[in-house]
Amino acid sequence: MSIEHNDVLLEMRNVHIEGFADEQWHPIIKGVDLTLKRGQVLGVIGESGAGKSTLGLAAMGFVRPGCRFTQGTVHFNGTELIALSETEKRAFWGTRIAYVAQSAAAAFNPAHRLIDQTCEATVRAGISSRDESRSDAIALYESLQLPDASNIGERYPHQVSGGQLQRVMTAMAMSSRPDLIIFDEPTTALDVTTQVEVLSAMRKIVEHYGAAAIYITHDLAVVAQMADDIKVLRYGEEVEEAETRVMLESPKEAYTRSLWSVRALEKTEEKGEDIVLSMQGIDAAYGSSKVLHNVSINLPRGKTVAVVGESGSGKSTAARVITGLLPPTAGTVQFNGEALPSGLKSRTQSQLQRIQMIYQMADTAMNPRQTVDEIIGRPLEFYLGLSGAAREQRVLELLTMIELDESFLDRYPSELSGGQKQRVCIARALAAEPDVIICDEVTSALDQIVQEGILQLLLRLQQEFGISYLFITHDIATVKAISDEIVVMYQGEVVEQGLKSDILSPPHPAYTELLLSSVPEMDPDWLSTLLKERA
Amino acid sequence: MHPVLATILKRLGLGVATLFVVSAIIFSSISLLPGDFGEAVLGQAATTETVAAFRKELGLDKPAPVRYLDWVSSVLKGDFGTSFSGRAASGVDRSRSVAELIAPRLKNTLFLAGVTAIIAVPLALLIGLTAALYRNSLYDRGVNALTLTTISMPEFFVAYILILLLSSLWPVFPSLANVDASTEFGERLRRIALPAITLTLVIVAHMMRMTRAAIINLLASPYIEMALLKGASRSEVILKHALPNAWAPIATVIAFNLAYLVVGVVVVEVVFVYPGIGQLMVDSVTARDTPVVQACALIFASTYIVLNLIADVIGIVTNPRLLHPR
Repeated sequence: MSIEHNDVLLEMRNVHIEGFADEQWHPIIKGVDLTLKRGQVLGVIGESGAGKSTLGLAAMGFVRPGCRFTQGTVHFNGTELIALSETEKRAFWGTRIAYVAQSAAAAFNPAHRLIDQTCEATVRAGISSRDESRSDAIALYESLQLPDASNIGERYPHQVSGGQLQRVMTAMAMSSRPDLIIFDEPTTALDVTTQVEVLSAMRKIVEHYGAAAIYITHDLAVVAQMADDIKVLRYGEEVEEAETRVMLESPKEAYTRSLWSVRALEKTEEKGEDIVLSMQGIDAAYGSSKVLHNVSINLPRGKTVAVVGESGSGKSTAARVITGLLPPTAGTVQFNGEALPSGLKSRTQSQLQRIQMIYQMADTAMNPRQTVDEIIGRPLEFYLGLSGAAREQRVLELLTMIELDESFLDRYPSELSGGQKQRVCIARALAAEPDVIICDEVTSALDQIVQEGILQLLLRLQQEFGISYLFITHDIATVKAISDEIVVMYQGEVVEQGLKSDILSPPHPAYTELLLSSVPEMDPDWLSTLLKERA
Repeated sequence: MHPVLATILKRLGLGVATLFVVSAIIFSSISLLPGDFGEAVLGQAATTETVAAFRKELGLDKPAPVRYLDWVSSVLKGDFGTSFSGRAASGVDRSRSVAELIAPRLKNTLFLAGVTAIIAVPLALLIGLTAALYRNSLYDRGVNALTLTTISMPEFFVAYILILLLSSLWPVFPSLANVDASTEFGERLRRIALPAITLTLVIVAHMMRMTRAAIINLLASPYIEMALLKGASRSEVILKHALPNAWAPIATVIAFNLAYLVVGVVVVEVVFVYPGIGQLMVDSVTARDTPVVQACALIFASTYIVLNLIADVIGIVTNPRLLHPR
């Protein structure tokens, strides 16, 4: 089908963008073309560092501070944006082209009311008066199914939830009825259950007003629900672009196929009888707010129990209770058949040694001033009393276990990639020779392919050393990949615990049903079907 | 009760408690000063009996805790006591009450501080905001270099240079800032012009740099990028999106500098012979005039506590998270 020239809204040709780091310019986008027709939704997917956000912003003629266009053109509705002055570009931003950012919590100014931020661009551009704009904003809030639409705008950003904020931001983008909206990972920071609501609200309103959109994400299943076409990006270059269904059914490139490899990984479950760690009737609170209610979880030796639930369900708090960071107000933690002292300070060194923890943000969990050798060597000295050659020897062994070599010994955390950092954190936990490792969202901050590597490493270590994992995550694909048993948590209570196959197959308790059905699938009709079922 | 009001009352209570602790520290550190008023006035020739009698008359023979409690309870009643000076051995008591001694001096100090603040604070904010707006421009670098220069020079040096320029070479302002109760307001302003300019030069740099840094620190926030992408101009971004979130650190540094204007300006007072409270305190320390020293120290401490309290309150009321809880 040939495209009429006036159908084309956005045409990017041979766009090159460089970023300044370490005293020199590095290419970020290396000659990408992009064509968008009026009303078309294009999904852009790729891993972190692929240049997705940079490309999305470039569609507005904008580069972040420290970046520059070096080549190429961006024609929006016939106007070449790159050549315009900042003042001229500003006439397009927030009026003809709107942007929806990843973290709504960070992208709203904490000092202003939501409705004032929603109306800011339209009022400034003189598209409508303040009063008109406010009543239009309320109408948009309503169509985005925000609760108490007529008053929610009077609130400040910290007073509403993340999912609601993300919808307010969609209303903000829509307020000027733009021709083009850039969605930059708009649901990445949300829970799956919230994500469904936000996705459907966004899709409806984009369809309703016939806006064209660029939808940026790393999640193929999400983009499948939103986009007409999908463009895959890697290292600032296009891998392939195709119509959504074609792309999902028969991706041409091996790289595209590898993007959803984690979803293919699945551990065969085994039932464990010997309980190594168990929480019994635990209540816990932060100050006066109670977070855990009568939580009981059993972890069989050498097995993996995945704890799933949305943010605020008490998953991480449970981990803090087990490690002794947060003494419970009621209940006990049993370890190898003995009750553990509730507080960290009253535990023996051997009790501390036997339970180790790995965190979500490997970045902040390591001292940036210590080398890999020091980071891994410390528990060897502290728990096992190793020194000198024995210590050296053991550090090297641990490095081999996490599939890194001795060239990493003298590196600092800042010199490692995200996946390598997490591997070093695993080695540090392993160094103490623990029975139990608590993994708190350890793969959530990583790209799909890197995630797969980490999960396979954890599985292999479990087979070799019989370590038990308490694996906290909100991602169902990860749960399938690693767990033997599953614990579902909701609002500080355990909804159910059981073997993976039992939990994942119906019938489910209501909350488990909601959680499982909210996980996006690689079927472009998934969202429509789900919404129809729920209606 | 609104939680913000509760927080403010709590801070106020803490401030009062701090003041008590400070009063104890002031009292005990003054007791540690070598020598006492008796010896200082009567001279080394005085007999032990004379000194003892004199000490008894002043109440210096009582044990320290008793003297402290006496002092605190009378201060609470608003009575700062009577100055020691003027009670020389001549037998005639020409002493004055501490309040009477301090009041005109404090008024002078506050007048100078007030005039300086009215010039310096808006100036610092203006320069800080414009420097943030045009950051890394020639203007930004220029004001940064200039303010760094003025802050790096000792106050007395700045003062003497100003005297040289504005009083000797081009006689615009008087080099002596000797005012008294009868000086007219306009004349008063003219006389304190040089000390006020000196102090302005000293404190503008700190406040301006903090304002600039607080704003620039926020410019990397996602909501600033969002504001840009909604078409806000650079000045709108700074004034409407960054500044409302930067008041807390700016208020803190302004409070710190205003406190300095009250408690730290003795050098400038000496250079311009300005009858402020700083000079009074230094003179009283030399004379071992304990009641006056204690009163001055207490005034200085309260200045710090009150100004910091105000900065805290500004930090609270400009933070919607605290003002509008969930």
